[in-house]
Amino acid sequence: MSAPLLEIKDLHVAVDGTEILHGLSLTVNAGEVHAIMGTNGSGKSTLTKVIAGHPDYEVTKGDVLYQGKSILENEPEERACAGIFLAFQYPVEVPGVSNMYFLRSALNAQRKSRGEAELSGAEFIELVKEKAKLVDIDSGLLNRSVNEGFSGGEKKRNEIFQLAMLAPTLAILDETDSGLDIDALKTVADGVNSMRDAARAFLLVTHYQRLLNYIEPDRVHVLLDGRIVKSGGKDLALQLEDKGYAWIEQETATA
Amino acid sequence: MAEQNESIQALAEQEYKHGWTSNVDADQLPPGLSEDIVRAISAKKNEPEWLTEWRLRAYRHWLKMTEPDWQKPKHAKIEYDKIIYYSAPKKKPTVSSLDEVDPELLETFEKLGISLDEQKRLSGVAVDAVFDSVSVKTTFREELSKQGIVFCSFSEAVADHPELVKKYLGSVVPYTDNYFATLNSAVFSDGSFCYIPPGVRCPMELSTYFRINSAGTGQFERTLLIADEGAYVSYLEGCTAPQRDENQLHAAVVELVALKGAHIKYSTVQNWYPGDKDGKGGVYNFVTKRGMASENAKVSWTQVETGSAITWKYPSCVLKGDNSVGEFYSVALTRDCQMADTGTKMIHIGKNTRSTIISKGISAGRGDQTYRGLVQIMPRATGARNYSVCDSLLLGSQCGAHTVPYIESGNSSAVIEHEASTSKISDEQIFFLRQRGLSEEDAVSMIVNGFCKDVLSELPMEFAVEAQKLLGVKLEGAVG
Repeated sequence: MSAPLLEIKDLHVAVDGTEILHGLSLTVNAGEVHAIMGTNGSGKSTLTKVIAGHPDYEVTKGDVLYQGKSILENEPEERACAGIFLAFQYPVEVPGVSNMYFLRSALNAQRKSRGEAELSGAEFIELVKEKAKLVDIDSGLLNRSVNEGFSGGEKKRNEIFQLAMLAPTLAILDETDSGLDIDALKTVADGVNSMRDAARAFLLVTHYQRLLNYIEPDRVHVLLDGRIVKSGGKDLALQLEDKGYAWIEQETATA
Repeated sequence: MAEQNESIQALAEQEYKHGWTSNVDADQLPPGLSEDIVRAISAKKNEPEWLTEWRLRAYRHWLKMTEPDWQKPKHAKIEYDKIIYYSAPKKKPTVSSLDEVDPELLETFEKLGISLDEQKRLSGVAVDAVFDSVSVKTTFREELSKQGIVFCSFSEAVADHPELVKKYLGSVVPYTDNYFATLNSAVFSDGSFCYIPPGVRCPMELSTYFRINSAGTGQFERTLLIADEGAYVSYLEGCTAPQRDENQLHAAVVELVALKGAHIKYSTVQNWYPGDKDGKGGVYNFVTKRGMASENAKVSWTQVETGSAITWKYPSCVLKGDNSVGEFYSVALTRDCQMADTGTKMIHIGKNTRSTIISKGISAGRGDQTYRGLVQIMPRATGARNYSVCDSLLLGSQCGAHTVPYIESGNSSAVIEHEASTSKISDEQIFFLRQRGLSEEDAVSMIVNGFCKDVLSELPMEFAVEAQKLLGVKLEGAVG
């Protein structure tokens, strides 16, 4: 049997000297959708950033294996080119750089690193048309500067559009559902569902069960104080919706 | 983009690409300055008496002036007695064919990436290349002359069109203007001259490349550009200079005359040798550029300043005629120990005159820069408008950015807007772009080019690409 797509072993992570993750372990196989749930400050965003290689997050112990190999020494762009994608909780603006120019540069940088030919202008436009339809993104947004002046919903939709364009092997969505109205949420979910296949895995970080009504997870994990304290199927998310997080905290404290 | 990155990479791998000297024998005067030297320069160029006298008046005036010290960048004392004020390639080439040009000179141009041959055939850009001080080659001149356009070296203009030179020389930047312009007036060696007749739209971008070659040779270019009534011209100027240990003074003067309804667009990409990482060496770029706009005329400056140890220039517009328009678009990048004090002056004299200033400053390393600008509305300039934006982008924590806008309004009907911002390039922006697969260098380059977009989009197409590359190269190793 081949190695899991993502394997996190006893991961300890510190920011500015303060440890935030205290021994987190998680295994995600190709084809699976995992949801990470938890309260504010439990370390959910830290987990996404550290997988993507944010330089401010220091791994003090443990390892992150991707396709069987440790990626801790790899630069963020190397991880991206290897197929790891992070949809940001707060997408950043890049004034003066058009969405199209940015995406074409990113896509071609990734293709080049894989030894594939760069897309021509015409091929790129074709791909944009196809993927824009998938996530129902306004073509007007594509020619504007990256996220500049976008509404919260437009920014999130733009993240999913980038996801569709770059077609990663491991897609991490950091609270993509927060701040979305129900229509936008459905569009995002449709986009994700259409991309589900046997070779690709998703890691969905969310506060709410709501998103999981539209994207059915294979596994649900509860993150509490820097550790995964409970894992289960999609029913666990429903339980959390019903009862909140307090009962898990109690359960963990007494365990 | 990837293609572009490759070339950025290639360029970045060499310390300073244009840091070599060429072995062409130079015919030069002894160092130092005196009336005899001024006369000798004039004599070498076979100038008429009136021009010799004009130079001498400038020289005598210069002796009474003191070097200004109000600018922010301070520099080592310039020893004017050690500067060689005239240097010309010995084999003075004729202009009829490339075959007659010194082969080593042609090779020099090849290294600079300015192949006259190629430029001639491929780009449709007429190039008046200045090697040291004497104009070597002018292309496309015949084609241009069919429309009555004169595009030649300054010396040739003095010989062939003395009436135009006499009428307009010093009309925008008088020989008494400032210390460095006055020095230039006394000793200017050569430069470019352009005249567009009434109603003619110049069919191609006119282009000049300047560089400094002989050791210790100050370069004193003089450019005079006249667009007659209703004419249009777009002029490009690009510079690269070889590596030097001692500082080199570059005190050029550019005068633009836009007569009634004329439009002059003047673009510069400046990449003089900036000195090494510790600030040793590098060019002092002390330039006076000014345009005069008559009724309904427009003068537009666009500059991308990335080189020189010190850049000190204020391309300005005198909006003399009613309804005239002035524009200034600027990107200045300083890193290591580079300093820049740059901006513009918009002098509103005529009624309903309008001006726009867009200035983008980028500082990295220990680079320091100042935007210094003046918007002056004279009492009779009813209905004048100005809009200014000055944005600064900081890379790292050791650089500096300063904005010194002067606004003097003598007419209560004036509308003047000034916006300024200072921002740091954010780690989150860089991480976002890297997460999508771009290298750190490319990410920074993309952010900076986005920051400069409003200015770069004013450049003619091929220059815009060159400028983008230049910014990328200049930022190499500046972050992280």
